[in-house]
Amino acid sequence: MNTAAHDDHHGPEKGLLRWIKATNHKDIGTLYLWFAFAMLIVGGALAMGIRAELLHPGLQLMNPHFFNQLTTMHGLIMVFGAIMPAMVGLANWLIPTMVGAPDMALPRLNNWSFWVLPFAALILVSTFFMEGGAPAFGWTFYAPLSTAFAPDSTDFFIFAVHLLGFSSIMGAINIIATVLNMRAPEMRLMDMPLFVWTWLITSFLLIGAMPVLAGVVTMMLTDRNFGTAFFDATGGGDPVMFQHIFWFFGHPEVYIMILPAFGIISHILPTFSRKPLFGYSSMVYATASIAFLSYIVWAHHMYATGMPVAAELYFMYATMLIAVPTGVKVFNWVATMWKGSLTFEAPMLWALSFLFLFTIGGFSGLMLGIAPADIQYHDTYFVVAHFHYVLVTGSLWAIIAATLYWLPKWVGKMYNEKLAKIHFWWAMISVNVLFFPQHFLGLAGMPRRIPDYALQFSDFNWISSIGAFAFGLSFILFAYIVVDCIRNGSPTNSERPWYSAKGLEWTLSSPIPYHSFNTPPSRAQILEESQHS
Amino acid sequence: MSNQDYYVPHGTYWPIIGSIGISTLFVGFANLLHDVSWGGPVMGLGGTIVVFMLFGWLGTVVNESVGGIYNKQVDRSFRWGMSWFIFSEVMFFAAFFGALFYARVLSVPWLGGAGNNLFTPELWEGFKAAWPLVSTPGAIGQNGTEFSVGFELVDAWGLPALNTALLLSSGVTITYAHHALRNGHRNALIAWMVATIALGVLFLGFQITEYGHAYHEGLRLTSGVYGSTFYLLTGFHGFHVTVGAIMLTVILYRIQKGHFSSENHFAFEGVAWYWHFVDVVWLGLFIFVYWL
Repeated sequence: MNTAAHDDHHGPEKGLLRWIKATNHKDIGTLYLWFAFAMLIVGGALAMGIRAELLHPGLQLMNPHFFNQLTTMHGLIMVFGAIMPAMVGLANWLIPTMVGAPDMALPRLNNWSFWVLPFAALILVSTFFMEGGAPAFGWTFYAPLSTAFAPDSTDFFIFAVHLLGFSSIMGAINIIATVLNMRAPEMRLMDMPLFVWTWLITSFLLIGAMPVLAGVVTMMLTDRNFGTAFFDATGGGDPVMFQHIFWFFGHPEVYIMILPAFGIISHILPTFSRKPLFGYSSMVYATASIAFLSYIVWAHHMYATGMPVAAELYFMYATMLIAVPTGVKVFNWVATMWKGSLTFEAPMLWALSFLFLFTIGGFSGLMLGIAPADIQYHDTYFVVAHFHYVLVTGSLWAIIAATLYWLPKWVGKMYNEKLAKIHFWWAMISVNVLFFPQHFLGLAGMPRRIPDYALQFSDFNWISSIGAFAFGLSFILFAYIVVDCIRNGSPTNSERPWYSAKGLEWTLSSPIPYHSFNTPPSRAQILEESQHS
Repeated sequence: MSNQDYYVPHGTYWPIIGSIGISTLFVGFANLLHDVSWGGPVMGLGGTIVVFMLFGWLGTVVNESVGGIYNKQVDRSFRWGMSWFIFSEVMFFAAFFGALFYARVLSVPWLGGAGNNLFTPELWEGFKAAWPLVSTPGAIGQNGTEFSVGFELVDAWGLPALNTALLLSSGVTITYAHHALRNGHRNALIAWMVATIALGVLFLGFQITEYGHAYHEGLRLTSGVYGSTFYLLTGFHGFHVTVGAIMLTVILYRIQKGHFSSENHFAFEGVAWYWHFVDVVWLGLFIFVYWL
């Protein structure tokens, strides 16, 4: 066994090679996070294009086909390029430090999970420059739009999805192996922090759902190029079958994006409430219940597609059930703050705003989950408002909160609190100006995925677009805050920049050493830092 | 410094080489699909890079393993990794089984007018829903006449049953090989491994023969949803058997080199798990594609 000697002479490589050959969980986490931010900017730029076109009624900037390419690629890039990689990046940075491990379980595989992504993104974005343009059938790529009537670039899109799925599966396997095998020997499962729990459960969603996505795009590929008839009624197949297989992936996918966010919020609220998390074990069980339910509710995305009534009823009631564990979570978060000594540093502001805005998204989700009501809401801007409230003010909010909360620990320097507060209020107000009117637009009947609209929708669209431009600009400030913290931040004077923070990651020196834990923490230390009181 | 036997590997080039290889392969393939002349060669280049990467990466791991660098913890990480990788493969097949069940239980009967679907008889007069779907609605429409895409079915109790016996036996022989490995019976180990590989290759041979029959009898990828599910399910399974047989051959080579001890032989077990997985998928295929 030569690992001791091994560790000593083995620091980061110099220059670009450090990143290309990276096997260190923090280096790979950094790669993931910067990649996600770059994709967020690309996807955000596409959204600006969408909102610029929708600023006024009529067609001003682009033809409808290009508009459809923008909505499609915006969705794909944000889901697969921004939110998911950002969550994996946070997992890479945090999980080894939270379970008392030196690194991820399979470091080389970890490198591969990341380095597949830039290539996949390149293939995906390159479709814009191909003949016939980028995929224009919406991020859900329903057949037959994506099979019989799609541009040639669709095959490139299919392979990009294969690569992205491959990356996610490998990442999930790595996280499972890390949590189950690299955890400090003295740490029991019910001692694990919630971010670790939520990511462990998310990993099981990933390895269950992503292969099904690979399967469905493979069927698309053969339908398009080899004459199979999976989604073609003239051959005995069914386009509705596409939707079933897609949403069998697609519904767990939305929980893949939100469960780690739940974990993050469960860390930040106790710290700034100066109280232990309320109901630790019920949080774990609620997360697991949500994950289980997410596999058996997929057809609530398809009420308007057509299904036997019994199936609609089943999917409706099963969907309503999700509100129970989610309610448990929201209750616990509120109870965590109850009678706490609250302070409102930037991460707490983001977490609190998550609580309010995500809950709005959850309620509009309940409305959409009711089959007879959904027939009215289906494919309107109400749906757009709903999933942006859960994904932007849910997942993305948690990612920003996590960045501000843990960055001082990662780099040993504090960000500019004043700027961070300005950024918070800027983003918080503009995002509501952007998405809240979309509820009204949807209820009034404006369909989604259209470049032009009837005149009565003009005012709210104008407001929404103004909000969008302001929200888009706020990310320049966010980038500045992060870079400024890394370069010029004042050194934190303690290992716990938030003195009330608990968790093994705060016991490490600041900035976190290259190999996180060389010696596993003791039972006493684990209990001292655990989230259950 | 470290008083714990954690293993953290050096930086590595292999993943980025793998990413370049697999992306080149896909870009080549996509261009090939659209009749771009360089598509095929680029795809071949990508495939070559992937094979090169596999040799290099796995070669490094083998050297480290034989060099005794790995400890029990690394071994357990590999075990978790391999088991959940196999689970993800199961879910990949589940998508295609799902398509088969959906077509068979729902979409084809609906096309035939079940579930109060009144429109099919109007659209495709004379269409009768049946499984296997020998004649598709489209075939009727195209000719304006009666059924035309007919094909003969593969009899489950012919070659498929024989193949089931072969694969199940190979599951037994690899278990015997594992027992021989654990008890240090080298010659028996090699013999059982050769038997396992031979059964796998024989299975593939019969599968190719059976494809020949099916094709001769008129069953094509383009024969409608029955042909689609039949060929994609059996095709992906055949591909996995091929990969499994190649892995078994590599393991046999490593056995010859003396890489495994009676305690330490995860690579053997990982491949054995994979082989059993391929076996179980086949049972599903035999029951739902050939038999029922």
